[in-house]
Amino acid sequence: MKRTWQPWGALAWLAGILFALPIGWMVLTSLHSEPDAATNPPSLTAPLTLQGYREFFGASTGQSSWPPLVNSASASIGSTVLVLLLAVPAAYALSIRPVRKWTDVMFFFLSTKMMPVVAGLLPVYLFAQKVGLLDNISYLVVLYTSMNLPIAVWLMRSFLAEVPTEILEAAALDGAGLITTLRRVVAPVAAPGIAATALICFIFSWNELLFARVLTGVVAGTAPVYLTSFVTSQGLFLAKVCAAAVVVSLPVLAAGFAAQDKLVQGLSLGAVK
Amino acid sequence: MVITVELRRAAPVLAAVVLAAATSAACSGAGGGGGAADGNAINVLMVNNPQMLDIQKLTEENFTKQTGIKVNYTVLPENDVRDKISQEFSSQAGQYDIASISNYEVPFYAKNGWLAPLDDFVAKDTAFDQNDVLPSMRQSLTAEDGKLYAEPFYGESSFLMYRKDVLDAKSLTVPDNPTWDQVADLAAKADGAQPGMKGICLRGQPGWGQVFAPLTTVVNTFGGTWFGKDWTPQVNAPEFKQATKFYVDLVRAHGEAGAPQAGFAECLNNMEQGKVAMWYDATSAAGLLNAADSPVAGKLGFAQAPVSKTKSAGWLYTWAWGVQQASKKHDAAWKFISWASGRDYEKLVGGKLGWSKVPDGKRASTYENQDYLKATPSARQTQQAITAADPRNPGTQPRPTIGIQFVDIPEFTDLGTQVSQQVSSAIAGSTTVDAALDGGQQLAEKVAAKYRAK
Repeated sequence: MKRTWQPWGALAWLAGILFALPIGWMVLTSLHSEPDAATNPPSLTAPLTLQGYREFFGASTGQSSWPPLVNSASASIGSTVLVLLLAVPAAYALSIRPVRKWTDVMFFFLSTKMMPVVAGLLPVYLFAQKVGLLDNISYLVVLYTSMNLPIAVWLMRSFLAEVPTEILEAAALDGAGLITTLRRVVAPVAAPGIAATALICFIFSWNELLFARVLTGVVAGTAPVYLTSFVTSQGLFLAKVCAAAVVVSLPVLAAGFAAQDKLVQGLSLGAVK
Repeated sequence: MVITVELRRAAPVLAAVVLAAATSAACSGAGGGGGAADGNAINVLMVNNPQMLDIQKLTEENFTKQTGIKVNYTVLPENDVRDKISQEFSSQAGQYDIASISNYEVPFYAKNGWLAPLDDFVAKDTAFDQNDVLPSMRQSLTAEDGKLYAEPFYGESSFLMYRKDVLDAKSLTVPDNPTWDQVADLAAKADGAQPGMKGICLRGQPGWGQVFAPLTTVVNTFGGTWFGKDWTPQVNAPEFKQATKFYVDLVRAHGEAGAPQAGFAECLNNMEQGKVAMWYDATSAAGLLNAADSPVAGKLGFAQAPVSKTKSAGWLYTWAWGVQQASKKHDAAWKFISWASGRDYEKLVGGKLGWSKVPDGKRASTYENQDYLKATPSARQTQQAITAADPRNPGTQPRPTIGIQFVDIPEFTDLGTQVSQQVSSAIAGSTTVDAALDGGQQLAEKVAAKYRAK
């Protein structure tokens, strides 16, 4: 097969490079010393150092940076698991065995995302203060679950809607019950969709800053909040912040790679028909 | 029937997953409850400045071991920490026992009843020696009711820093108490003294605490003010305009490259990299410029803040420790403050981390310590600047509130920042000073209306 010049392919590459450049710049800056990182015009060839990463892991303050990372992991994984447990059955009831007026239900789910998040911030804060849930990761898990649930239901519904009714009927004919059908028939077909949904929920909760910054404090601070703490108005901080940003993005990157195969399937689901 | 059997088989799996999610959440959550309930721990919320990083490093060995009080720090950048502190203190959430607040917050925080008065603790704690704290610091941390609400961790004024080696080479001398005209003249002469070197660095970055910190001191000494005693806004009055024009013209003619984006950090970098010959900014910058890893250490001279119509013009600023009224650990909180703001803490930092890192500018005794004086070429000028600063009467007319480089009302952060954006545009050349300040006057009118009605 002869490869021909494809303008769209070149454009795709260009877009890819444009997206990757800032990331590459961040990684490069994270490996520079603070004065080199702050130099304008930037010095590309400055010597590399791991000082930024040492600072992130508490070289000059003696403070451990693991608690925020662990907090973020608990909040993201906890909420993602809860979201999937709720969203998959909900999506099932909205697509494979649609309840009456399921379109209204879908719209209701979506309508909960219409209010700007910041509008809910004050009541959420005051409620947490009254019931003593400030600075508590469980509260963030509940919030992230409710924030991501509508998106997850919408995504899962469209994925489950792709499951051919014929194989469900075939399964029923063979005497499979609800759970068996879900596990043996629906799950394998919907797995890419579940992976994609889980990844999106994980990324959203991992990156969430607004609620985390307002609601956490001494012990429940998450990684994005910790990331901002490296910014200072006195002295240089670019290399430190870049190092912190690299470390904080690694888990998301890892999750993305882990789910990559499934993701590609999930994204092209329906497209192959 | 089939379904029931299937459910029974699936139930443990489902339960295990839910349980796992719940425990992972509860574990980290439990830490949260534990920290707050622990009788021997205090929570401190503070700004991310170098002195704060130092105290984090020293606390375990030098405070917790002696007192048994564990200190949990939360560090945030300046703007974020202000938001977080006002959120925490206005709701009196009681999560944090101590917060780093500045002399800008103390008066109105105290008025709102958010801070615990410290007079009783100070009276009992003779070793702390409150009279050693510099008078202008004490004054700016005392509220209208006459009670003391915070203790300074470190303090600063503003002064002129310059490259003595560069100016000497051009046979230029900076007077100890220069006027702004002299400084403008020196900036013109020093411009280009070395390849790529500009005359002076002045902040141009938008922000009430960025460009308006130095600029308001210029306005003060030129005879201007934000508000008259009766809250009449004077932002587009001739003196305010004259001062702003002078500042904008100077920075446009002989100021640093990229001035509209230059704040404290950028000017610090410009000074260290030899891109400017002079810099008018916080006295605390001198410690950073003289630090061991600074390329310009030992090459610097210092002079008082340039003046025009007033005798002194330096600002007054301090990061201080305030105790939240809703905190249940006022005693432990005071023990921490007594340690952190105490005389011995300065010696501890000097001995362990170096004398250039001492959180200075708050105690008279600091300026009698020979080790400190030897290591700090700017000590005399800093002490003089802080002593000369008069937060109640910084200009040529009476003021409605305390404060030199700010107006001590909560609305000033918004007002100052909005006007600063226009001034910054004027430095960039995209608007004029007249237009910027006429707009500022309208904004100031709105704020003033609220206070005049009272």
